[in-house]
Amino acid sequence: MLSPSVFICVHLWFHFLLNVAAIDFANQLKARFGDLLSEPAEFRGEATLKVADAERIVEVCEFVKKSLGFNMLLDISSIDNYGEDPRWTIVYELYHMEQKAHLRLKTEVSEEKSELPTITTVWRTADWHEREIYDMMGVRFRGHPDLRRILMWDGYPYFPLRKDFPLSGKPSDLPDLAFTKTAPLEGGPFVTVPGGKDALAREPRVRIPQTESVATISRLERRDDVRPAHEPDAPQPNTAMPKP
Amino acid sequence: MQPTASTTDFGYNSKIEGDVVVTRVDAALNWFRKNSLWPMPMGLACCAIELMAVGASRFDIARFGSEVMRFSPRQSDVMIVAGTVTYKMALAVKRIYDQMADPKWVIAMGACASTGGMYRSYAVLQGVDNIIPVDIYVAGCPPRPEALLDALIKLQAKVGKESVLGLKHKAA
Repeated sequence: MLSPSVFICVHLWFHFLLNVAAIDFANQLKARFGDLLSEPAEFRGEATLKVADAERIVEVCEFVKKSLGFNMLLDISSIDNYGEDPRWTIVYELYHMEQKAHLRLKTEVSEEKSELPTITTVWRTADWHEREIYDMMGVRFRGHPDLRRILMWDGYPYFPLRKDFPLSGKPSDLPDLAFTKTAPLEGGPFVTVPGGKDALAREPRVRIPQTESVATISRLERRDDVRPAHEPDAPQPNTAMPKP
Repeated sequence: MQPTASTTDFGYNSKIEGDVVVTRVDAALNWFRKNSLWPMPMGLACCAIELMAVGASRFDIARFGSEVMRFSPRQSDVMIVAGTVTYKMALAVKRIYDQMADPKWVIAMGACASTGGMYRSYAVLQGVDNIIPVDIYVAGCPPRPEALLDALIKLQAKVGKESVLGLKHKAA
């Protein structure tokens, strides 16, 4: 029987020596769940795994917290893969405070379902993260203790971070609570282009997104000032300042 | 600016006129009002930091009689809308404005309060003048404290030209 102090010393020494990297944790996780998880990927010391079945996210998270010791949920984010199926990707950012290891879990949810189990039972801080995803994307978390909107008001009819929601917004009206109107974009959004050769090329102005859309290309062809930013091989307009 | 007839501060010389001051009711009341405009600090974003600087010792809004920031709309004269007015906040701003006693004025401080600023977005009201009448707009993102003081001085000039009957004077 070891005395507590000896145990603590050994414990600290063990951690110091081992210095477990995120990818090692990810491999342990993969070994435990097998085909449910993808092969772990490592990037800049952080490990990423895909969870094939969103319905089993809770048991994966419980193992990650209780057996691997990831005691901090940094963030939950959501991705709208508009036009693809499944439409939603939910990303869990986890952190191991003792080992300074960063682990990322991704899982996908179809648009028809738009629902997955809550992980507030594992990390309580998931409460507001899941509310924000519900508010902005409209993905529901089953079993959440209080799934209300968190930024917009109750009764706002849209989910504004979805890709098919216009940047300028849509009109809505809830008497005595809040209203919205469409913002004037004046042909915008006004965006900068990194790497432009001078301030004129970089400054915020109406830029056409790089798409295959016919309407966009025909608009682009009329814009000599914008085109070079999108077609680096095209002849550059003379933007030099006139000499006094 | 050339003072109009009703805004002329009547010259006073006690040796000639004794203890009697002759003025007009308009001029006297406006003089009281414009030198003691109590602000309702509607601080909604980063402009509120500059608003706090205006109230602090370096810029010292007390020099212009407006140091009494009232957090009760019932006691304030000028609402300084300092920051981004979101749609979620918009009707609350209007409600607080409605609770202010007449006469009352509004300064829209900064780009966001004036026009929505850089937020051409689903979430932001495109200028607080969509819901309440604005007297002075201050440019800047955020404006320098001097710019807000300049707005206050311009508002004082405007208050000085108003009629106590609530009828605005025509431009001279």
